[in-house]
Order: sequence, then structure tokens, then C-alpha cells
Amino acid sequence: MRRGLLAALLLLAGMHLAWAISDPAEELRDPRLETRAEQIGRQLRCLVCQNESIEDSGADLARDLRRIVRQRVVAGDTDAQVVAWMVARYGNFVRLSPPLEWQTLLLWGSPVLALGMGGLVVLLHRRNRPKPPEPLSEAEQARLRDLMKT
Amino acid sequence: MLFAAPLVAAVAAGGGFYAVLRRMQHGSFDPHGVPTMLLNRRVPGFRLPGLASAGFASTDLFALGHPVLVNFWATWCPPCIEEHPVLMAMQAQKIPIWGIVYKDKAEAALDYLRTRGNPYVRNAIDAPGRVAIDWGLTGVPETFLVDGDGFVRWHMSGAITRKMVAEQIEPLMKKYSR
Amino acid sequence: MNPEIGHFALALAVAFGFAQAIIPIWGAQRGDARMMQAAPGLALGQLISLATAFGVLMWVSVDNDFSVLNVYQNSHSLKPLLYKITGTWGNHEGSILLWCLIMGVCGGAVALFGRNLPASLRARVIGVLGASSCGFTLFALLASNPFMRIWPPPANGQDMNPLLQDLGLAVHPPILYLGYVGFAVPFAFAVAALLEGRVDAAWGRWVRPWTLAAWCFLTSGIALGSWWAYYELGWGGFWFWDPVENASLLPWLTGTALLHSAIVVEKRESLKAWTVLLAIGTFSLSLSGTFLVRSGILNSVHAFANDPTRGVFILGLLGLVIGTALVLFAWRGRMLSSVGLFAPISREGALVLNNVLLCSIAAVVAIGTLYPLFADMVLGQKLSVGAPFFNSTVLPLAVPLFIAMAVGPMLSWKRAALIPALMRLWWAAVAAAAIGLWASFGTSLLPSFVLGCAAWLILGAFADIINRIRLLRIPLRSSLVLLRGMPRAALGAAIGHAGLGVTIAGIAGMSMAVSTIALVKPGETVHLAGYDWKLIGLHDAPGPNYSARAATIQVSRDGRPVTVLAPERRSFPVQRMTTTEAKIETDGMRDLYAVLGDERDGGAVLRLHDNFMAPWIWLGALVMALGGGLSLSDRRLRLGAPRRAAKAPHSGVPA
Repeated sequence: MRRGLLAALLLLAGMHLAWAISDPAEELRDPRLETRAEQIGRQLRCLVCQNESIEDSGADLARDLRRIVRQRVVAGDTDAQVVAWMVARYGNFVRLSPPLEWQTLLLWGSPVLALGMGGLVVLLHRRNRPKPPEPLSEAEQARLRDLMKT
Repeated sequence: MLFAAPLVAAVAAGGGFYAVLRRMQHGSFDPHGVPTMLLNRRVPGFRLPGLASAGFASTDLFALGHPVLVNFWATWCPPCIEEHPVLMAMQAQKIPIWGIVYKDKAEAALDYLRTRGNPYVRNAIDAPGRVAIDWGLTGVPETFLVDGDGFVRWHMSGAITRKMVAEQIEPLMKKYSR
Repeated sequence: MNPEIGHFALALAVAFGFAQAIIPIWGAQRGDARMMQAAPGLALGQLISLATAFGVLMWVSVDNDFSVLNVYQNSHSLKPLLYKITGTWGNHEGSILLWCLIMGVCGGAVALFGRNLPASLRARVIGVLGASSCGFTLFALLASNPFMRIWPPPANGQDMNPLLQDLGLAVHPPILYLGYVGFAVPFAFAVAALLEGRVDAAWGRWVRPWTLAAWCFLTSGIALGSWWAYYELGWGGFWFWDPVENASLLPWLTGTALLHSAIVVEKRESLKAWTVLLAIGTFSLSLSGTFLVRSGILNSVHAFANDPTRGVFILGLLGLVIGTALVLFAWRGRMLSSVGLFAPISREGALVLNNVLLCSIAAVVAIGTLYPLFADMVLGQKLSVGAPFFNSTVLPLAVPLFIAMAVGPMLSWKRAALIPALMRLWWAAVAAAAIGLWASFGTSLLPSFVLGCAAWLILGAFADIINRIRLLRIPLRSSLVLLRGMPRAALGAAIGHAGLGVTIAGIAGMSMAVSTIALVKPGETVHLAGYDWKLIGLHDAPGPNYSARAATIQVSRDGRPVTVLAPERRSFPVQRMTTTEAKIETDGMRDLYAVLGDERDGGAVLRLHDNFMAPWIWLGALVMALGGGLSLSDRRLRLGAPRRAAKAPHSGVPA
């Protein structure tokens, strides 16, 4: 399930598009491995920048980490293993998308939570609606008919 | 009842932010700091060359038997220059410091130590910066207090101040000395 | 020009603000016509004071008066004139003053253009605006004073961050702030309505133009910021889910919900409490965004000043403004009972769904932005929440919104039949599916799906107009008559929805972009995306306060020249920074993008992009703003309260 989630995240992350100026010599020769390395890199935070991934940043540390990601990909690590390598040294802080644990339940559950609250408010609103007027009784209906005739 | 909910939420949020700001003012909360993963763990395995003489390795730290400070520094780093006098003062107090030069040239480092003074008992150089990444470094200077068995017990990201030496380093050095 | 004139004007503005806050509201509570009539004059007085203060700050910057601390810290005699003028708001103090100025503009605008409002409502609106603005001008005067002096004046200044010395960034803050701060007017309307104890159809109509105007500016401001990041930062990215970007997106999301909610209040006298809460909430989010950026709490590339003390002051201000409004809401919200009934499947129902989805997206973005802070303080864990998280959580909420956006305008009020509405859209659905399918052959599944949604939105907007003029169901001439007579607000709405579709198409298209990085020597050619990129040469290109290296790249296709790009790398000696100036050539459908990197071995590292459909991202925002502007020009929005000719009863309906 974790792998599926990671794969889904990587797929959605593929919509993002930005690169730091980097050396062409940095890129791996195999385009598939290079794409994989880039996708992994997009999940990792540049630790000396504000809120950028290592693929977006021109910082020295980001370049070092990019190099390491590529080395590990070439060495045969899976995506999860590369990320785990980084997390072992820098903690979950290095992941731009935090793992799904009990500490992040509120975070990952926020879409469902928000929709649920919205739905609740709508339901309560409908419950408190003013009631439609009561139907008229027989005597009142007769009186209405008389009034309408005149 | 429902109408008071936004107010309650806003008050809660406001209180939370106020708490954050107070802690920032006291210095006990730093939104930009990155804590170390090595706390209470053994230092990662490494072996580094020295500057003019032999360097050192993790095995040296495991077998040391007394606590030591490991200080990552560089000649191109202004906060390192700021903390240098504090390191010299610690050396005078007989606190052992081992230095690791990060991403720098050996000649520049030797020159620096010759002109400003050498507070380090032992010196090593990590020119490519790979060992530093194993230690979880995000910049220089960073200092780790390693106990006699090679476990990291304290970490500081940034320049060390005299206050830190008196309030944190000295007590810990005493605690982990046998 | 004595800078102290500006200082005095700022203090005067505070005084006006206090008067503007107290007199009209007290007058409205007591029904005192003279006190209420004072409101426009006071608002204009504050506006003139603030304009004077701002003008003086601009003047001293242009005049190189380095005795003013703000000018010393942010300017330099060699800085180009344009950036001396626009750099006024490129720093913390200047931007706070800009904020205050625009609050003054809001008050002045209501004074000048709010003549259609009943006297008591207008007085209360101006009063609330005065209360908020006097708080901010007081903050500016006491804690962020741009007129602080230094003596003796230094010979020259510290120059401005080179990244800010750019036309796009020069224009971005004023427009963004007009949006951000512009939502103070709907906020004031909401608070005024709570004070009056009445929200009715007329209120819904009066609040709409102000909401629309603020929304148009905010849309344009956000788009400008994104476009600037795209061409200036050299990465090809345009949205990073950076906390400050999110802080501007949150009021946009709730502001859009407000816009739509106000329509229901106007047409059906329903959803009153929700609309009032959205109006309060949108401005509260603007204020909170300012707070977060300036207090140093957030980890962001934009963060101005990391000053917790300033943060406490702003937090106090926020607490006062937002707290008062929410207390009023808690106390008097019950009076805002809804009158209109509606079935779940109806225009109102669709708008409720719209509100819920937009607010859910806003909630997710807010939680994601603040979660690292929460985790650090409460759980003791350092976490990052970045682009991958937001992309994966916002998209599933946005897609139902896109789908519903095209169906909503087709539904009738009170009770609608869903199937006939969908039937009128069948051709749009087929076309959108076809486009999505076609795209999936060239790229991955997700961008194709999003492209399909974009097509659905654009075609759905057309379907809305076609439905209104009953094209193909009545003679063409009659349709054209209907088209000419169509209310501008309806046309504006369709254009606005189509604009969002254009933007989304651009975003989807960007994921089909191709790029390459290469070390190129002069004379060599790189082949990318069917174009030939030939590096003609590298040369120096110095500027007024920088030195630079530039590359000349000739781009051609099949032998025919397309364009010449000249990207630069600039070095600013005073600030010791290097920036890259990417050069972009656009033909409306794709951007050719070139960046110059390091030079070595006789050649240069070039990064070249062919960004498919990138221009549509900002084109779409422009279309949205134009749609909003068109709606704004609708004559019906300018109808006002009946004048008290001869003791006629008030036309409002008790809430």
C-alpha cells in the first residue's frame, strides 16, 4: 500500500516542472534512470533552501544530494530505498511529502475532514430551515374559496 | 451555537500563534533549524585524511574513552570565524575538540590555523563533503558532542557562544567523563 | 523635500483613521445624519494623508536622500529610476505603507463610488474600514516607520536585492495588495450588516461589485507573481506551494466562494450566514497571510522580516480586527435567517457545492501550510509539507469542482432537472473526452485528464452562452438579439469560467514541456523539440548597477529563423549577488526559454526549454480578470437604494 501511495505521489509530482541550473555532466546517461532520479529528487527537500526540492535548487548541498541520488539509482536501489537513505541522515524533514503515520493523520486526512465538515454544515443548515407553512384546514380552505369568489 | 464556532477556532489559532512567537522570542523555537538524527546514536562509520598529519576515523571515536567535541568548519564560513575565539577558549579549558574541514583546501585550512590559532587536538579534512552528509550536516559550523563510546549526545547547528559552553557543553563533558 | 512631511502625514492619517472609525459608526447607531455624512469626508482625508506620506517616501528615494534609513537600506544612487520608484514597496516598511495606502484607497473609493448605498450602511462601512486602517497606520507609525532618519547621512545606500529589480516584480505588489486589501470592503460590508442587523437582497447586490473588483485584482496579482517567478528565477517553475504563495491563494479561494455566495443572497435571499462568514473570513485570511510572512514563523523564500516582536504587534492587531468581527457574528449571526428554500439539485445547490469544495481546498492548503509549525510545536517533529503533498491532495478536490462548474450555470433556481441540463452539455463532454484521449497518446495519463477537464470548462462556458441565446433552437437573428441584450454579468461569468479552463490547460501543457541542458561552444547547435538552437557567441553586457555575460542564441526551424534569444547572467557588486535573466520567446502556444549558466572550457552551460502551452497559464488569468471586469461593468450592479423622496418605507426586508 505504501508503494502504491508513493507511486501515486510520484505520478502526481510529475506534473511539476522546474530545474536548477545544473551541469549537463551531472545527468545520467540512461534517460530512464535519469528520469527516475529526477522524480526521486523532486520528493526531497533542499535543506538549505526554503521549501524547494533538490532538483529545483542551485545550492551546493542540493547538488551533492542530487549526485548521491543518482549514484544510488545506478547502484540499483529502489525509490523507497533512496528516500530511506536520505531520511536516515536528515529525518522526515527531508521529505517534501510527509509519510502517512499517526502524526500526520490530520494532515493527510484534511481533504476528507474538510469535505465532511462542509457536508455537516450543509446538513445542519437544511435541518434549521424554516418549515414550509402548514396546509390549510377544511374550514380555512372553505373560507379561502369564498374569498376567491368575491 | 454554530455561530460561535469560527470565533472559537480563531481564538485557538491566535493563542497558538502567540505561543509560537513567545518561544521564538525566547530562542527556544527556531523555525529554520534542522535537528540532528544522530542524537543518542553512534557516529556513522568514516575514515578521513588529515591536514598535515594523519586524519582520524570513527573507530578512533568508538575507542576514545572520554567525551570529545567534533567541529565541522571551513575557512570560507563567517560564523566559523566568529566562533573561533570560543573554540580557543575551550582549548584553554582543556576541552578536546576534533576538527573536520568541510569542502575546503588543505593549504587554506592550515594557513587559517597558523594565523588564527589551532584549537583542535586532531584535524581531518572532508573535501568532497560526503562524510558530512552521513553526519546529516546542512552547513557549517556544526558541532557534535560525542561521548567516550562514540555516541552523539549534543548537537549545535551554527556558531557556539560562550554562554553555550558554560551552560551546556561543560556540564555534558563532566557528565560523560568517567 | 523634508522627509518629516511624510512622517507628519502618516501621523495625520492615524488621527483621521480614529475619527473615521468612531464618528460614522456612532452616528449610525444613533441615527445622527450629520455624523453619518461626515464619513466620506473623513475617508478622503485619510486617503490624502496616506497618499502624501507614500508620495514623500517615493520622492526621497528618487532624490537619493540617504538620511532616511529606509532609502539607505534599500536603494543606491546607481539604481535605475524605475526601481527607485517601485522599490518604495520592495521592503518591509514600504510595503506596510503601501498596505495602509490601499486601505485608504478602499475608504476613499467607498466614499466616492458608494453614493448608491443608504446613508447608514455607507457610514458603517466607512467606519469599519477606518477602524482597520487606523490599526495598520498606527502599526506603521510605531513599529515599521519608513521615515526613520540616520545622521550623518552615508554617502550611498546598500542597494536593493537584484531579484527585485525587475518590471514584473515592480508591478506585482500594488496589484496584489489591491486585491488582498480590497477584500476589506466586503469585510466592512459584512460587519456593517451585522451592526445593522440586516442582510437582504439589496446588500447582496451592493457587496458584489466590491468583491468582484478585489477578486479581479487578486487574480491578476497572483498571476503576475507566478509569471515573474517563471521568467526571473530561471527554473521554469511557476508555482511552488511556497507558504507565502499559499497565503495569497487562501483569500482567493474563499473570495471566489464569496463572489458566488453573494449571488445567492441577492437572487434568493439565502445562504446569508455563510456569505457574511466568507466575507469576514476572506479578509481575515489576507490579514493572517501578512502576519505569517512578516513574523518569521514561516519557512519561505518570500519572508520579509524575521522579527517575532513585530509579529506580536501584528497578531494583536489581527486579534482585534478579526476577533471583533467574529464576536459580532457569534452574537448576531442568528438574525441572518434564510428566507428562500431550494431543492438540492438547483442553482443554489450547485453554488453550495461550489462553496463547500472551494472552502475544502482552502482548508487543505491552510492545514498543509501550517502543519510543519504544528508538528514542531505540539508533536516535537520536524516535517516538511511541500509541492508533492499539495499536488496530490488539492487535485482530487479540484476535479469535482471543475466538473460541476460547467453544469452549475445550466441549472435553474430553486429546483432544477439535472438530466436536461446535462443533455445541453453532451457535445462539450464528448469533445473534452476526445481531447483528453488524444493528449494521452503524447503524454502521461494525469496531464491528459486535466487537459480534458480544461476543455470541458472552456466548452461548458460556450455551452452556457449558447443555451442563453438558444442558438439553433430559434432563428439566428433572434439569437443575436439575445446575445446583444445578454446581461454583462452573465457574459462575464462565462468568460471567467472559460479563463480558468485556459489556465488549467496551460498547467497541463507545461507537463508536456521538453528541455535539455548542454555545454555548448560558440558555433555549435543543439536540437530540441524540432528547433535548432545555435549559440552564436558570448559577450559582456554591462548595465547601470551590474556587470553581465550574455549569450546570443539563434533559434530556427527547418532552416527558417524563428528568433534570437539573449539570456544573461548578471552580477550586482553592491549586493554581491548573481541573477540569471532567462529569455523567452512566445507565440501564444508555446514558450522558447533559454537560460545561461556557468561558462567553462570555452563554452557555456545552456538550459533550453520548449514549454508547450505555458503562455496559457497567464493568459487564462487575464481572461478571468477580464470576465470579472466585464461583470463589474454591468449596469444592474449600480442600481442603488431608493432616495428618500417623500417618507417612502425602506425597501429592505428584515433579515
